[in-house]
Amino acid sequence: MAAWEAVIGLEVHAQLLSRTKAFCHVENVFGVSENTRVGPVSGGLPGALPVLNGKAVELAVRAGLALGCRINRRSLFARKNYFYPDLPKGYQISQFDQPLCSGGEITIEAEGASAPKRVRLERIHMEEDAGKSTHFAQSTLVNLNRSGVPLVEIVSMPDMRTPQEASAYLRKLHAILLYAEVCDGNLEEGNFRCDANVSVRPLGESKLGTRTELKNINSFKFIEKAIEYEIARQVALIEGGGKVAQETRGWDSAAGKTYSMRSKEEAHDYRYFPDPDLPPLLLEAEYIERIRKEMPELPESKRARFVANYALSEYDAQVLTSDKALAAYFEACVQAGAHAKQAANWIQSELLRELKKMEVADIRQSPVSAEQLAKLINLIEDGTISGKIAKEVFQEMYATRQDPEPIIKERGLVQVSDSAAIEQWVDEVIAEHPGPVADYRAGKQQALGYLVGQVMKLCQGKAKPALVSEILRKKL
Amino acid sequence: MADASQLLNGSFEDLRRALDNGTVSSETLTREALRRGKAGNADLNAYISFTDELALGQAREADERLKTKGPHAPLLGVPIGVKDMILCQGYRATAASRMLENFVAPYDATVVKGLKLAGAPIVGKLNLDEFAMGSSNENSAMGPVRNPWDLSRVPGGSSGGSAAAVAARAVPVALGTDTGGSIRQPAALTGITGIKPTYGRVSRYGVVAFASSLDQVGPMGVDALACAAALEAIAGHDAHDATSSTRPHPKFYQETLAFRDAHKLKGLRVGVPKNYFGAGLNGEVEAAVRAALATLEQAGARLVDIELPLNDYALPVYYLIATSEASSNLARYDGIHYGYRSQHPCRDLHELYARSRAEGFGEEVRLRILTGTYALSSGYYDAYFRKAAQVRALIKQDYEKAFAQCDLIAGPTAPSTAFKLGEKSSDPLTMYLSDVYTLATNLAGLPGLSLNCAFDANKLPIGLQLQAPWWEETRLLGAAAIFQKLRPDTLAPPPFAQKGGG
Repeated sequence: MAAWEAVIGLEVHAQLLSRTKAFCHVENVFGVSENTRVGPVSGGLPGALPVLNGKAVELAVRAGLALGCRINRRSLFARKNYFYPDLPKGYQISQFDQPLCSGGEITIEAEGASAPKRVRLERIHMEEDAGKSTHFAQSTLVNLNRSGVPLVEIVSMPDMRTPQEASAYLRKLHAILLYAEVCDGNLEEGNFRCDANVSVRPLGESKLGTRTELKNINSFKFIEKAIEYEIARQVALIEGGGKVAQETRGWDSAAGKTYSMRSKEEAHDYRYFPDPDLPPLLLEAEYIERIRKEMPELPESKRARFVANYALSEYDAQVLTSDKALAAYFEACVQAGAHAKQAANWIQSELLRELKKMEVADIRQSPVSAEQLAKLINLIEDGTISGKIAKEVFQEMYATRQDPEPIIKERGLVQVSDSAAIEQWVDEVIAEHPGPVADYRAGKQQALGYLVGQVMKLCQGKAKPALVSEILRKKL
Repeated sequence: MADASQLLNGSFEDLRRALDNGTVSSETLTREALRRGKAGNADLNAYISFTDELALGQAREADERLKTKGPHAPLLGVPIGVKDMILCQGYRATAASRMLENFVAPYDATVVKGLKLAGAPIVGKLNLDEFAMGSSNENSAMGPVRNPWDLSRVPGGSSGGSAAAVAARAVPVALGTDTGGSIRQPAALTGITGIKPTYGRVSRYGVVAFASSLDQVGPMGVDALACAAALEAIAGHDAHDATSSTRPHPKFYQETLAFRDAHKLKGLRVGVPKNYFGAGLNGEVEAAVRAALATLEQAGARLVDIELPLNDYALPVYYLIATSEASSNLARYDGIHYGYRSQHPCRDLHELYARSRAEGFGEEVRLRILTGTYALSSGYYDAYFRKAAQVRALIKQDYEKAFAQCDLIAGPTAPSTAFKLGEKSSDPLTMYLSDVYTLATNLAGLPGLSLNCAFDANKLPIGLQLQAPWWEETRLLGAAAIFQKLRPDTLAPPPFAQKGGG
């Protein structure tokens, strides 16, 4: 049995966060009524002409800088010609042989990998999105709201070798784009779409095998599964004497298989030529520098800053910066007065545990705000409640969205530090547990723990544990 | 009160004066324009539709504005026709094609906005060769247009309807479009004045695109001043057109008057390309053009021999670039969102596209789309499209060298006078040769103008073409105005117009 190597390249289409479309003033917004965000230009009407959206260029340049690309001072728009109902002009405005960005790279840490790996990018170019077709048995409906939305297409080199590397690449790319505030990265809404080019070859072979293109897979998990399946399918096919057909394949998540969509051999000749309606895009060096300076903080530098400024461990910093919103939550919590290490612990343990129960763990949906969490943490710090009680309070906060104070008040959870009250409980426990009392007096230290536990049970955890221990010791 | 009919048969200057003096109202003129247009349409077929309601509303507004003493926009109150490739909100814009037969424009072209701002009542939408592809206006799905000088002959194309309407004096001015000569050649064949501005001078937004890097909207009028007035109303940067220039434009009307009255032709060098006068040029046309050159000398210009050695390549270069761009620009006419969709039951999407486009487009349009698709296709792109683009740059350089030696270039507009309907339509190549003097102007993006310089033995008009360096429209219009002052006989309307337009 020969050993095989998989070769994977990824193409990502990410929608840019501009207020309006790539080539006209129509609003760039998702989820509104069909065909209400279309105009002469995005609708391909007679006489319409494209005018480049400056904000889209800025965002595309920012993406290129965040990914370590060379920003080309001169780039051209080209027409990609083909017929399809959701492409109203019969061509898509894209970039062909003179794209906006060249090169670039992403460093990934794949699951199970021993060391980080650098994945090179080939290019990034700007283009417009097409509308959306929804197919039914006897008809197709076309919604042009998406037609003309600005995209960047990010093309990697075929540097990945495993589905895990592919998944890691996508997650990292996704995080960087969100950090750079270039894209919303919402896979369900279709504003971050990925196509995978997959081929296999005998290990040691330098020539590339025939590749297939996997399209329309809208989750990181499914992409990993689809690539895994496809690699196995291709290997089995070749080992069985067959040949891999160059084609486009989709992913059937129910069946867990890829399936053929259309043959790439019938692939269009797109007849690319420079779009005569748009002048060459010329960028000044100062313009690019300004965008570089105004770049939002990216994950690597944020991680370093968290370690330095908040004295967090590398691990904690890594977790907290893996998601931009999570990092923002953490910082807001500290801003509101919480101790950094405490905040880090509470977020990673209690909060994330609850969030993971959601369909999609999104800290932006957290019922407990950063400020509320900070209040809770401070209530522990100043002794108002115990750590144990705080966990209960947190559960209630999460369920009801309330601040900690009303919950504590209502349930009477204020930690009791009144010695007199504690003495009463201690006396009661001592009276009821003569055995352990005797054991402790006889030298068994563990019995104290048991007795402290009994006191806590009696007072429903309200007593300050340290005080209970102290008073017990005194009385025994 | 002045006679509207007489005014329409006269000079633009007189018409402007009458409006400014209040001796004629815009409403009167506009009604007469509508009447003439409709009365003449059975013979000429110049108009595809009339826009009465719009025109009369605008005319009344214009009359209000005219009440306040001047200075008025030079086009204020002047009725105008618009080529049916230019979108006028609420009215059909057919591009003379079955494909857009029932397409109602949902927005105004920027040039139409300009006309409305200037206060020029828009009287109707004028016939053309389908999608501006043609040189005789025989390619219209709405029927051919006829030349008011001789109804058995073509008016030229593609702006044949615009030319015929102005020649017949149904309107003193109309908008056309010019991609390879479609304003200038019909102007020559119908004895009127027409100017294609510098590429980028006028917005293309709202104008059905034929070839994006070549198309320009321009005025066609009874004389140079009519054209100057209209150019002023439509020129200027448009935020909706990324190819429109931010260069400020002069008040063309005032500047043209100033050029004429200051005799600015004196000392100007007029370049005469040797290879314009070869075989294929009709003898009478040559003689008339040479006589016109003598008139320019009379006005103080100096004739200079120049070379435009690559002019022979203009035709193949044009037909590769224009058809390539057109094949892409016309892809949107797919029968899906608007326009013609075949009623024939279709098995699949591909068949729907094929039938809708085969039925919706005329033969010349289909021919050009196929040619352009071929020129852009994989394996041929380098040999055809890219090569043509490279030669285009060389043609532009030819002009740069020529304009180092002269200030204007002069020659015939068309190789012959108006030919008979059906005479050239069997062989596309013969038809394409009608544009041999005008194509290079578009390739270089230069401004070009045609004016009437004489009549042949059959009393058919002969056109003189002037080309100027980039942005020098005033020089063209001024030179034409000077010529027309010296030779008012060239401004005589055809008998068709003199009997009140039918």
